[in-house]
Amino acid sequence: MGELFFDISLGFEGFQLSAEARVALHGITALFGPSGSGKSTLLRVLAGLETQARGTITFDGEDWQQSGAGIFVPPHKRGAGFVFQDARLFPHLGVHGNLSFAARRAPARENGINMETVIKALDLAPLLPRRPASLSGGERQRVAIGRTLLSRPRLLLMDEPLAALDLKRKAEILPYIEKLPGTFGVPVIYVSHAIDEVAQLASRMIVLSNGTKIAEGGVSDVLERLDLPEAAGRFEAGVVLTAKVLSHDTGYHLTTLEHKGQKLVMPLANLAAGAEARLRIRARDVALATKQPEGISVRNILTGTVREIREEAQTAHAEVLVDIGGAGLRARLTRASVAELGLQPGTPVFALVKSISFDRRMLAGGCELS
Amino acid sequence: MEFPDLGPLWLTLKLAGATTLALLFIGTPLAWWIAFTRARVKAPIEAITALPLVLPPTVLGFYLLIFMSPSSPLGSFWVSVTGDALTFSFTGLVAASVLYSLPFMVQPLQTAFEAVGRGPLEAAATLRASPLDAFFNVAAPMAARGYLTATVLTFAHTVGEFGVVLMVGGNIPGETKVISIAIYEHVETINYADAHVLSGLMLLFSFLVLLFVYGMNRRMPVRTG
Repeated sequence: MGELFFDISLGFEGFQLSAEARVALHGITALFGPSGSGKSTLLRVLAGLETQARGTITFDGEDWQQSGAGIFVPPHKRGAGFVFQDARLFPHLGVHGNLSFAARRAPARENGINMETVIKALDLAPLLPRRPASLSGGERQRVAIGRTLLSRPRLLLMDEPLAALDLKRKAEILPYIEKLPGTFGVPVIYVSHAIDEVAQLASRMIVLSNGTKIAEGGVSDVLERLDLPEAAGRFEAGVVLTAKVLSHDTGYHLTTLEHKGQKLVMPLANLAAGAEARLRIRARDVALATKQPEGISVRNILTGTVREIREEAQTAHAEVLVDIGGAGLRARLTRASVAELGLQPGTPVFALVKSISFDRRMLAGGCELS
Repeated sequence: MEFPDLGPLWLTLKLAGATTLALLFIGTPLAWWIAFTRARVKAPIEAITALPLVLPPTVLGFYLLIFMSPSSPLGSFWVSVTGDALTFSFTGLVAASVLYSLPFMVQPLQTAFEAVGRGPLEAAATLRASPLDAFFNVAAPMAARGYLTATVLTFAHTVGEFGVVLMVGGNIPGETKVISIAIYEHVETINYADAHVLSGLMLLFSFLVLLFVYGMNRRMPVRTG
């Protein structure tokens, strides 16, 4: 399995990007960080669109950039496809013209990417005769993704392709993106500042802040870390966990899942028993108790022990990481509660999770709640 | 009424055609550079390009006469290579017209290229299109309206040229006697009948050109992605 290595720097007025990482060339890797963290700039550097960038970029053993040796492969020779936030379809061509623009310039190797397979995978057939100006934002992005695929890229770079879309359109396109690496065998680097997108799509992530890398690793591992508050955005901080579907209760419209030997209940999911679902639980949707709660409406109560506590100075809040059979669960409490309950690493606790906090878009495979 | 000699009319169209063609080749890279450069010399270059707009044609013509005369380095070099003088020749007139009409080609193209912007060019590059490929298949078609405006304005402006021609070209039938010079000569010799015919033709031509440009602008609305 090849890898992409980069160690680059780029400075402009008031901003310095300086990052280094190795990215495995399979699946989806997220480049994550708040606005202004340099993630989009980094993606442009990888594509060769920032000619001022200095440093080294090696793709699968091939030099894309070696500033010391004066090597700079121009973007059209890198074979890195780029999906822009604003789609950038060519306005003088129709949808079909935009797609064939890319197809005509693609290298002639058979890899399963052709007009037919791409149009099918992204449901583009009804859009073919239309002009870009007449497309909705979501349709435009689907065409842009299709167009980029048709250039048969060796690496697909996506720069917040969903940022301009509303929640409903996002939910429509996410499943298409999710299956790109599997269907077409193209590794994806996906820039986003939305943690729910990252949680659904990516298996690995690199976190950027103020132009430098502050964390990298598997998505679940990174999300469990309490020392990255700004990265996930306090309000949206949380963990991703994998659970197995046990059974459905069609009377109450509930699905029961198992996570590390404990049961979870959520609104009925259209998943076969035995299937694995990826769930996201936000820290603000988790409460902790030191005694088994009774007479309470919350149905999901997991037992675990406190692993780590991080109090936020100058605020009312504290983040607590609870160990649930080896996996992490984050809870956001007040510092006063931490003190009153006497929480410290090793304290056994009951974690109360509101069942509605399971995000329907977080189901692996993009299935729907019925 | 006797019809006037139409030779100056054909010469004018030939001059305007040659000038427009030359400026398409010179103006495109220049306008492209001005539209996309981040260099500091951009402002001075823009100012120099726009000079013919504000300079009296006689001033431009005067300097050109001096630069192109066989006693100047450029003029004598030209004579040694071609055997002909640049001044008072058709070739010299084309060279002078290229400078005189430069802003009418460069400014519409620059505006059109700036409207295209870097976005579509970056998209083309990441779709494996070389810079030249991206120019011909993305930038140029998107700037089609700019090309139409630039071509028509350059052609029409060269047709209306008088002061520069008078200074550099003089009044040699079949070589430098263009329509504006011919009209001037008719008026000088109180031959108002011929002046009327040629002036009327110029008036009609100018109106038709502008009608065409505005008509095309209506029919080619700017399409945005």
